[in-house]
Amino acid sequence: MVIESRNTCFFAIFLFERSPFSKEMENIIELKGVSKFFDGECILDGIDLSIRDKEFVTLLGPSGCGKTTTLRIIGGFETPDRGELFIDGQSVKNTPPNQRPVNTVFQKYALFPHLNVFENVAFGLRLAGAPKDEIVRSVTEMLALVKLKGFERRTVTSLSGGQQQRVAIARALINHPRVLLLDEPLGALDLKLRKDMQNELKKIQRQTGITFIYVTHDQEEALSMSDTVVVMANGKIQQIGSPVDIYNEPENAFVADFIGESNILDGIMVSDGKVKFSGRLFDCVDSGFAPNEPVDIVVRPEDVDVVKLDDGMLTGTVSSVTFKGDYYEIIVDVGGFKWMLETSDYEAPETRIGLKIEPEAIHVMKKSEFSGQFGDYSSFSDEMDHMSDPTEEEAE
Amino acid sequence: MKGRTAFQKLAAVPHIVWTVMFIVAPMLFVLYFALTDADGRFSFANITSLSQYTNVFILSIAFALIATVICLLIGYPLAYYMAQQKGRTQKLLMVLLMLPMWCNLLIRTYALMTLLDNGGLLNSLLDSLGLGKITIVGTDFGVILGMIYDFLPYMVLPIFTAMTKLDKQYIEAAHDLGCSHLQTMTRVVIPLTLSGVVSGVTMVFVPSISTFYISQKLGAGKIDLVGDTIERLFQNPSTYNVGAVISLVMMILIIISVQVMNRFTDDEKRVMP
Repeated sequence: MVIESRNTCFFAIFLFERSPFSKEMENIIELKGVSKFFDGECILDGIDLSIRDKEFVTLLGPSGCGKTTTLRIIGGFETPDRGELFIDGQSVKNTPPNQRPVNTVFQKYALFPHLNVFENVAFGLRLAGAPKDEIVRSVTEMLALVKLKGFERRTVTSLSGGQQQRVAIARALINHPRVLLLDEPLGALDLKLRKDMQNELKKIQRQTGITFIYVTHDQEEALSMSDTVVVMANGKIQQIGSPVDIYNEPENAFVADFIGESNILDGIMVSDGKVKFSGRLFDCVDSGFAPNEPVDIVVRPEDVDVVKLDDGMLTGTVSSVTFKGDYYEIIVDVGGFKWMLETSDYEAPETRIGLKIEPEAIHVMKKSEFSGQFGDYSSFSDEMDHMSDPTEEEAE
Repeated sequence: MKGRTAFQKLAAVPHIVWTVMFIVAPMLFVLYFALTDADGRFSFANITSLSQYTNVFILSIAFALIATVICLLIGYPLAYYMAQQKGRTQKLLMVLLMLPMWCNLLIRTYALMTLLDNGGLLNSLLDSLGLGKITIVGTDFGVILGMIYDFLPYMVLPIFTAMTKLDKQYIEAAHDLGCSHLQTMTRVVIPLTLSGVVSGVTMVFVPSISTFYISQKLGAGKIDLVGDTIERLFQNPSTYNVGAVISLVMMILIIISVQVMNRFTDDEKRVMP
């Protein structure tokens, strides 16, 4: 099953790249070898990215990975130091933002405080010199779309964060951009509101048929909203794929670690379908590696079954248990390596248990620059989510 | 709680004493002089005599307005430019702007006069280049130039402050929504820095309209503004009363103009069509 989905994915990319028509017709945005430096430091390193029309694409990565810079280059607020940028097949590298068919929803909303809600939304149309009745009609329509009917005369400062966000979306969408850029738009909202806005954004995207490029560091947000996720780290694209592919078939240790929880181990690919790790030979479904090639192994916590000690492929001691509502998160020490497991049954600490891993649950990855950076769960924290990089702060 | 308020009241005492002695009492004196004649009897004669000073008032207002407008035209772009600069350049520009202000206003004005005088540095230079001399001191232009020279920093600083507080995202949002550079300026930057403009205009207009030293030195005594008139009238005890009325009118004029300027910033929300 895993092999199948992987092949389909490759096949699709293959088709896509070879057919000149689909490329001309569908790729609304293309970045070719885009690099960007700030104070001599490489922020973006040769980004190649094609985005199809009507797609919901998310740029996902930790702070400082270059996702915001990529968005700002598409928006025209930064110029790439190297590489080319095409919108609808036109090179726009030197086109100023006001002449690009894209609009942005800014992280801090950036609503004009001297204008009321109506005038903020009408801003683009007034500039374009639209007739008065059309402005009134369009603004009313847009405010209805973002569920802010009746807010026309309110000052923007009197609105809540969620409402300001909606005004920002309406203000951008009223210009009917080819592409809407969203820079961590839900970052400042509380969890409940975020969930609501996620659904609503997705709905708005379907209704309007506008391509959305969405920047976030929240992997859950990316997985639940996107058609395509672009995982970035260290100024490079690590993986492009559907949310399912990204989760099930991470390209390297970074992607595996950043998206969801993963047990990442060193292994040896003995031969096709045979992989050795934790001192034991496992059957797996991956192939295409050199004999005895060192590899990284990913096993998701929910894919490990707890069995009786004697039936276990691996055995270990439970070192901690955390109740998570609908499951228990268990850390198991297997010969010094701490595995994370998600089970529905409680296992007491210090019990010895057996672990069973199905061949489909083992995902084999090539070694990468990230190999060895992500160990076991002995010092478990959400560091990647909170790690901040001073270079991105400066860039903004 | 009650003890705290008593303490707070106590803390205000020095300020209250100061205010009464040096602000309230002199104002009452001005009011008293304005409404009495030279013998101390109640009289409206001073007020009726105001009409002969109409021209002085008009001239002062005109000079102050011209100086303010020119300061705004120079100061706004300068503040914008300064706000765009980074670190050291910005500090250097700031020092250059502030440097003359570290020196007393009278000395600055006197220095400007000697520079621009007939035998001054400028005219000596022009003369030696064979370009002939130009008369600045003693002309309307000279006085307005003095006002601009003395008060320009008061225009630049509040606008500069407003500019640096302006979030860059607004400018990016304006560009994003289709504004050219000029449209970004007129539709976003200027409206959002209006509070700085209002402070700047007030801070230039008020000292300009009431100045007497600049007009004396750079006007070479030929140009009589309200400030000069008040000064002259107060040098002779028999004309105290007229001087007081003019001061009072001046004060009212300034209060009105400040109120008008404040109205400008309060009323910045545009209404729906």
